[in-house]
Amino acid sequence: MTDLSVTIAGILFKNPVMTASGTFGSGMEYGEFVDLNKLGAVITKGVANHPWPGNPTPRVAETYGGMLNAIGLQNPGIDVLIERDIPFLKQFDTRIIVNVCGKTVEDYLETVEKLSDTGVDMLEINVSCPNVKEGAIAFGQKADSLYAITGEIKKKSRQPIIMKLSPNVTDIAEMARAAEAGGADALSLINTLTGMQIDIHRRSFVLANKTGGLSGPAIKPVAVRMVYQASRVVKIPVIGMGGIANAADAIEFMLAGATAVAAGAMNFVNPYLTEEIIVGLEEYMIRYGVKQISELIGAVQE
Amino acid sequence: MLSKQKLRGSVISQQEIAPSIFSLWIETELAKYASAGQFVGIYPKNGATLLPRPISVCEAEGETGRLRLVYRTAGKGTAEFASYKPGTEISLLGNLGNGFPLEEAEGKQAALLGGGIGIPPLLELAKGLRSRNPTSVPDIFLGYRDSQLFLQKDFEKYGTVHITTEDGSVGTAGNVLDALAGSGLSPDVLMACGPLPMLRAIKAFAAKRHIKAFLSLEERMACGIGACLGCVCKTKETDPHSHVNNARICTEGPVFEAGEVEI
Repeated sequence: MTDLSVTIAGILFKNPVMTASGTFGSGMEYGEFVDLNKLGAVITKGVANHPWPGNPTPRVAETYGGMLNAIGLQNPGIDVLIERDIPFLKQFDTRIIVNVCGKTVEDYLETVEKLSDTGVDMLEINVSCPNVKEGAIAFGQKADSLYAITGEIKKKSRQPIIMKLSPNVTDIAEMARAAEAGGADALSLINTLTGMQIDIHRRSFVLANKTGGLSGPAIKPVAVRMVYQASRVVKIPVIGMGGIANAADAIEFMLAGATAVAAGAMNFVNPYLTEEIIVGLEEYMIRYGVKQISELIGAVQE
Repeated sequence: MLSKQKLRGSVISQQEIAPSIFSLWIETELAKYASAGQFVGIYPKNGATLLPRPISVCEAEGETGRLRLVYRTAGKGTAEFASYKPGTEISLLGNLGNGFPLEEAEGKQAALLGGGIGIPPLLELAKGLRSRNPTSVPDIFLGYRDSQLFLQKDFEKYGTVHITTEDGSVGTAGNVLDALAGSGLSPDVLMACGPLPMLRAIKAFAAKRHIKAFLSLEERMACGIGACLGCVCKTKETDPHSHVNNARICTEGPVFEAGEVEI
């Protein structure tokens, strides 16, 4: 019998497969394709203290083996999420992780406080979205500000917090340490890599925002490397993501040091992906005689 | 109605019906449930081009399970589709979007306006309107760049076809709205698909005449099912999903009542 369950911050997840924030809404749309009861957790699209309209279109562009997005964290605000999306997700036997974004520390704290009595399992703090001009990314690119905001949120949060790290930094290990020192219960990485695409026929930027976040299989090696580097220097668990397209990719992240994984842009390519990863993990465990999936965490041979 | 799914289809035939315009017939379960104005996502086989390409339904034959897509080659994905031969297996995501509200044309004189690659989705619409209401003959305005027409013969079965070309080589010189204005007709409802400037002009035209217009919009998409929020359009009222006056073209659309959208 294989045991796929993992524990993060004292919370038991039936398996390590989650959905990367922003690629899965609150599960309603992909619920037509996958059984949400099967997932380890749904990580919801980033939500702020009030509705955000997001960026102008075009917001998405395909790149070689990946895509750019500059949605700009369009979201209906925390009140709608609490009223509509959380009750929807509670119908399912899966963990709920709410991704929280903001422009100021106060924005984050207001949202975090509103979530305190909602029964969601964890919060993922988005300090790494590259597509929002103010706040957000500024907190995630300097170790001292990451340390400070982590501490502020940890003080107010009823739930364990996951700090989502940006890959757009010089030293990911330093950022991981700063979040841990600030009181983070877990880390998730990587968010998207800042990119750009130019239409040579129109001589214009493809995205209205000029820059966007690169995701998809093209970024996977960067993500695996960063998960490895971050997980080596902290004691808290790491949730790995970045271009996961199948169970083999998920296993690679776990061997690099991830306790859990999230599928993101590749949901767009294969809407059944999350369930297929779970099946593939079990097959791998049977094939290699792995009884408990946590045996794989960081198990790459040095 | 079938829930959205990703499934296999098989190419029945493919033909280039005008320069860079391809007519692709596919055998797929989706044909049974597809309605006018909806679209499907076709996945390129090349693993480096990941995202499904949104292509509107040109014809759907429920009984035979045959779906017709007419598309223009524009980039890597559509260039690949153009190489498909009968028997090629393809992955499809569908059926997507809301489609045209055929009931809005009930008992009314409808005018359909299509520009360029916005013409194909009007064929299933014309067919649907005619079968719902056999005595009412829609006016169909088809706008082309030049004499390289396509699908115009298919439309003749379902309504009165008015051709316009930008260079004046066939039919009325100008665009579909010039032709409608010059025709002396006064339709009660407009249904349109085409380039944004054309849709803006139709929106203004309909507002001035106090008639309803239904416009099929397009935008760059990623997921196609309403999760990624990539393909939004500004709306007059608060949208039902994000509450920020941004409707998802793939889900709340692609067809909107002209007064609902800020284009």
